[in-house]
Amino acid sequence: MTRTHSSKQMHLAAHFPGVNNTTVWTDPRSGSQIDFASFEHLARTAERGLFDYFFLAEGLRLREHKGRIHDLDVVGRPESITVLNALAAVTDRLGLAATVNATFNEPYELARRLASLDHLSGGRAAWNVVTSSDAFTGENFRRGGFLDRADRYTRAAEFVATARELWDTWPPAGPDGPPGAPHPFTHRGQHFDIAGEFGVERSPQGHPVVIQAGDSPEGREFAASAADVVFTRHGTLEAGRAFYADVKGRLAAYGRAPDDLKIMPGVTVVLGDTAAEAQERAAEIRRLQVSPQNAILAAEQVWGVDLSGHDPEGPLPAVDPDPHSDLVQGRVGVGDPSAVAERWRALSRAKGLSLHQTVLETTARQSFVGTPDAVAGQLTEFVAADAADGFILVPHLTPGGLDEFVERVVPLLQERGVFRTEYAGTTLRSHLGLPEPVRKG
Amino acid sequence: MTPSDPGRGPLHLAAALDLPGVFDAAPYTELARLAESGALDFVTLGDSFARHGPDALAVLARVAPKTGRVGLVPTVTTTHTEPFHVQAAVATLDWVSHGRAGWHVAVSATEAEARLFGRRRVASREALWREAGEVADVARRLWDSWEDDAEIRDAATGRFIDRDKLHHVDFTGGTFSVRGPSIVPRPPQGHPVVVVDATDGHTRETAARHADVALVRAASPARADAVRAELHRRAAQHGRRPGELRVLAALVVDLGGGEHAAQPGHGGGPLPTAEGPLYRGGPVDLAELIATWHGAGAVDGFHLTPVEPRRDLERLVNGTVALLQHRGLFRTFYPGATLRDHLGLTRPANRYAALAGDPT
Repeated sequence: MTRTHSSKQMHLAAHFPGVNNTTVWTDPRSGSQIDFASFEHLARTAERGLFDYFFLAEGLRLREHKGRIHDLDVVGRPESITVLNALAAVTDRLGLAATVNATFNEPYELARRLASLDHLSGGRAAWNVVTSSDAFTGENFRRGGFLDRADRYTRAAEFVATARELWDTWPPAGPDGPPGAPHPFTHRGQHFDIAGEFGVERSPQGHPVVIQAGDSPEGREFAASAADVVFTRHGTLEAGRAFYADVKGRLAAYGRAPDDLKIMPGVTVVLGDTAAEAQERAAEIRRLQVSPQNAILAAEQVWGVDLSGHDPEGPLPAVDPDPHSDLVQGRVGVGDPSAVAERWRALSRAKGLSLHQTVLETTARQSFVGTPDAVAGQLTEFVAADAADGFILVPHLTPGGLDEFVERVVPLLQERGVFRTEYAGTTLRSHLGLPEPVRKG
Repeated sequence: MTPSDPGRGPLHLAAALDLPGVFDAAPYTELARLAESGALDFVTLGDSFARHGPDALAVLARVAPKTGRVGLVPTVTTTHTEPFHVQAAVATLDWVSHGRAGWHVAVSATEAEARLFGRRRVASREALWREAGEVADVARRLWDSWEDDAEIRDAATGRFIDRDKLHHVDFTGGTFSVRGPSIVPRPPQGHPVVVVDATDGHTRETAARHADVALVRAASPARADAVRAELHRRAAQHGRRPGELRVLAALVVDLGGGEHAAQPGHGGGPLPTAEGPLYRGGPVDLAELIATWHGAGAVDGFHLTPVEPRRDLERLVNGTVALLQHRGLFRTFYPGATLRDHLGLTRPANRYAALAGDPT
């Protein structure tokens, strides 16, 4: 063994395959996205690999395209916290992270649900705080309506602060007996005006782990002030290092140490026995991810017009994009459609590519492609170079998409001395090396 | 027997697992397994935002993988919650339990609960139950918003779903609206089992329209029978058959005494108390009471809330239930897999699937 105990340790999490075209459903090995057995398989695999946590996304409105339900990717998923409570029964140490929107929930109820998960899992709960603002999603909720971008973050920040106030109302249980009485809470703020007594005793972690995703300056500041983990999308070493330095640099202003916030990019991994085989498999996965129909859809998202009559194996549309289109609902839009269209046209001209080939060519490459040894080396380098504290793996297959990584890469990371060989503690906070939250009475 | 009475069907039994102030999963799991060993139809866990305890639906989701057959029915309130989230959570409980979920519908009527949310003033119970009925209504629509065979995985056309089999529900109620469809595919039971406590007058309309199981806190079989007849009559007005609604007498039970220790002075029958009718006595006499009420056709079964769950549920299962089984009055194993199977309720047809066949 070449273990060096001084090496910076890596954290690993697994994301349940999502409802976008990263997830391949045409593969014969692709199983149900809704049966509990699929969640159980992935969670047990993650726990076998000694992962820090298992991560579920959230759906609040099915995506629509041209006013109809989007049908080309996986559609439908269960409600996260309920699935995680069930997974707590079939796992023992694995952290359980739920994505829950701060715009379409209320602090008392959500703080209660998260604290309940923390109790029922013996201290393994995490909350990925997201915000949204669109009236489209709001059509499913009492709250309805639109929240502007600035208010999304002030609401989310006040939401997290309020949840922490509620979690702090109970004193911890003593070693020999029940806790003392809770103190009542009163919170009056811009978004919430609530008071009463919180019904859930202080949970094993004190506060469930808070995860935040979002790369905007507001998002970074929010993470630095309030989050324990940041879920980023910075896939390259250089971009990762810049993001890492920026976010960690914001912590001191909040009296926090650099280690108090873990930065974990979402990444994809493709393995092969040789580098060439891994590249071939990666290309094949991309071909499965981008069907001809998906390519048309991707072009519609850029052009903002109906291209259903367009031949995917023909050239790109001749017209210019419509920047004011509302063709696509319920997903993140394309930043600058005209610029994207120009890039695609240049690529298509230079290489003589059809629309389908152009979309394939511009589809993001998998983050890490290679032999298990090469991938283990790259992951280790990423962490050692302060481009990340660890990774959230996003498999492309349900439910077996994590098997190979756990069997072939995790042992190599352990040999390198950068990943745990057993769980040292029982709580997610202990896996992540996060400090106990300070109770504000 | 009233003309609408479907006659005496199989006996149904359910028990409450409430353990105030218990946050660990283990005691709930233990009790649910005990109930399952007695082949009970379902267990319930009460809830309110003012309660000292964990979220009830969370607890029963935690229990689901550790049990195999018993139905799991948490209370979920409708006043300060989002109808869309409520139906998704209940549908998900049905998925993780392979078709064993129910939902005990309740409202939040106090000023203290309203202050925990700061969104709405306290409303009258009548208004809250009107809203609860609408929430149950939209939940069932959302459970139907995916047809069972909507997922097609057709590689040739690149389509994962047949989107003609997903439906906007476009529901507008008095206090909320929901566009739909649900985020969760149609749950295994089609509709998880909806339970309503129909004891109070203002809950009966919701029970008659939307409940699969109605609970009636009644101290005598005559009282239970009268409420049951009213529920069947009202259900019929909404085009429902009486056989679609199970009515269970809800009793609090204290089995702290000996084998035959029904409290003297009330002939073994329940006493009215603030918490509802209380049966205090032994497991043998309770079996007698159950057999008598059910035999008279007054109720389809019982929902029993033990005053001391750890003690009384054991006595209930190993005493009362064992005796009823011995007399051939209660099942000794689960012939079916889902809660609807246990209750003898059919899997509901999808309202939108019927429309899809209609060219207009």
